[in-house]
Amino acid sequence: MSNSAIISVNKLSKKFGDFTAVDEISFEVSKGEIFGFLGANGAGKTTAMRMLCGLSLPTSGEARVAGFDVYRQNEELKKNIGYMSQKFSLYDDLTIKENMRFYGGIYGCSDSFIKTKTGSILNQLHLEKDAGKLVGSLPLGWKQKLAFSVAIFHEPKIVFLDEPTGGVDPVTRREFWKMIYEAADSGITIFVTTHYMDEAEYCNRVSIMVDGRIDALDSPAALRREYNTASMDEVFLKLARKARRDDG
Amino acid sequence: MNQFLIFIKKEFLHIWRDKRTLFILLGMPIVQIIIFGFALTNEVKNARIAVLDFSKDPTTQSIIAELEASRYFEVERTISSYQQIETAFKSGHIKLAVVFPGEFAQDMAHLNKATVQLVADASDPNVANTLTNYASAIIMDYQQRITDQRKLPYTITTEMRMLYNPQLKGAFNFVPGVMAMVLLLVCTMMTAITIVKEKEMGTMEIMLVSPMKPILIVLAKAVPYLVLSIVNISSILLLSVYVLEMPINGSLLLLVSVSILFTLVSLSLGLLISAGAGSQQTAMFISLVALFLPTVMLSGFMFPVENMPLPLRMVSNIVPAKWYYSIVKAVMIKGLGFNAIWKETLVLTGMMIVFLGLAIKKFKIRLA
Repeated sequence: MSNSAIISVNKLSKKFGDFTAVDEISFEVSKGEIFGFLGANGAGKTTAMRMLCGLSLPTSGEARVAGFDVYRQNEELKKNIGYMSQKFSLYDDLTIKENMRFYGGIYGCSDSFIKTKTGSILNQLHLEKDAGKLVGSLPLGWKQKLAFSVAIFHEPKIVFLDEPTGGVDPVTRREFWKMIYEAADSGITIFVTTHYMDEAEYCNRVSIMVDGRIDALDSPAALRREYNTASMDEVFLKLARKARRDDG
Repeated sequence: MNQFLIFIKKEFLHIWRDKRTLFILLGMPIVQIIIFGFALTNEVKNARIAVLDFSKDPTTQSIIAELEASRYFEVERTISSYQQIETAFKSGHIKLAVVFPGEFAQDMAHLNKATVQLVADASDPNVANTLTNYASAIIMDYQQRITDQRKLPYTITTEMRMLYNPQLKGAFNFVPGVMAMVLLLVCTMMTAITIVKEKEMGTMEIMLVSPMKPILIVLAKAVPYLVLSIVNISSILLLSVYVLEMPINGSLLLLVSVSILFTLVSLSLGLLISAGAGSQQTAMFISLVALFLPTVMLSGFMFPVENMPLPLRMVSNIVPAKWYYSIVKAVMIKGLGFNAIWKETLVLTGMMIVFLGLAIKKFKIRLA
């Protein structure tokens, strides 16, 4: 394991009874990298991600996230990661400001930090005037950007994005990826799952899971060369066709 | 601790923003107490009665005075023949006629035993029943008093017997019942729904990824409803004391403490339901069917548990409200102390520990 790796996973497995959801996966992600975590539905992506977030204990193998062991240092690990799912997970009946206050608060941020940070996010998103609006009244694209800002509010080392662009139009998706790049530039490692292959091209490196194993892991360009195709779409299809598991 | 407070503040915001639900939660106990207290009462006040006294002796005179003195009756007129009873009823003003036969005084003096006839307008059977019960009770009371002064007992027979609720207050049965119902509804259903809502919205996931401990998440959800319940307990008690004029005979502190214990049982149940339910509808359905109905039917509030067949009586033992109902009756109405209710308190405490334990265990399994 190299020292610059912020996520290092070695032969990590998760079994539910006889079913092996994740089968001895190994990979490393370095600091500031945008790491795409691809796979068809039911390939084991979500299970793998849950283990890395400290939500689920592995059956065997090793994993260190932000320098913390997933078995023993659950609490420290959680303090150093952010998480956003496709549901965007903000409270519709709270205002923008209250949502930030709450999420900052549960990560133990100080009042003064929350104040400054809220100001700078509102400024960045040009939402100063809407700080007192209920989140439920905002358009979906804004909610999504806001949810991402909230996920990295406490300045985590890594942010896990679980299909963050589901149900959003292409323009908003582009803008969203701009935010991801900005976050990566500021040193936050991005771990993202997606079903959009054009988004896979935006990643520094992608891994493709098939039947609980990682079948391919490289930069998008290198994968296209290796599989001799013009697009990531075809790389993905070539790999996913081998799958014997059903969707689910 | 700071995290915990922020979480609780957020929960209060949720409740505060949903004004309609808040209004229902706080208004429901008040409306229920008022409906049960005034509209659905079987208590009759100042009913007009007629007296037909063939005996006209000091005993009948004092019985009539007793009836008149009570706030249930008002002697509208004194009549002199049986035929007049019917006319009196037909005029519609009279609800009950009290008839003392001519041999009343004689029978009292020689046989120590006499009969009073109560004739009621049974076109409204409930009122008729209530009135005859009231009248019998007053006559019994009188008989009791004069017997105490003598060696040989007097017996004045009326057809009715009073078994229960000697002070004839309608409020006695339903105040404890309403308290149990309201607390269960607010605590169990609302806690279950609010937690399941977070699951549906996907916000629960975010919370679990955060460094906040799952147990704190669950507890923070319960605190606002505990506060709401204490407000509700207070409003119910204030209304019953000052509006329904129902005294709290036992210790107020004890009553409030057991109410909080029952609230905690209900909260634990709500947490348990939320751990099992996947959607808000399921949570609501389970709360209503599994809790609300048994509470109304089996707690003794509507139907006396003693009269139920054995299987139902056994089932009633696992209904928390049954135990709470009997505690509230004992403390509030009979004025008994902790000695009389330690068993029920122990059962409720046990239930709380079991429900809370199961809820936490289920919550943890979900995380693994």
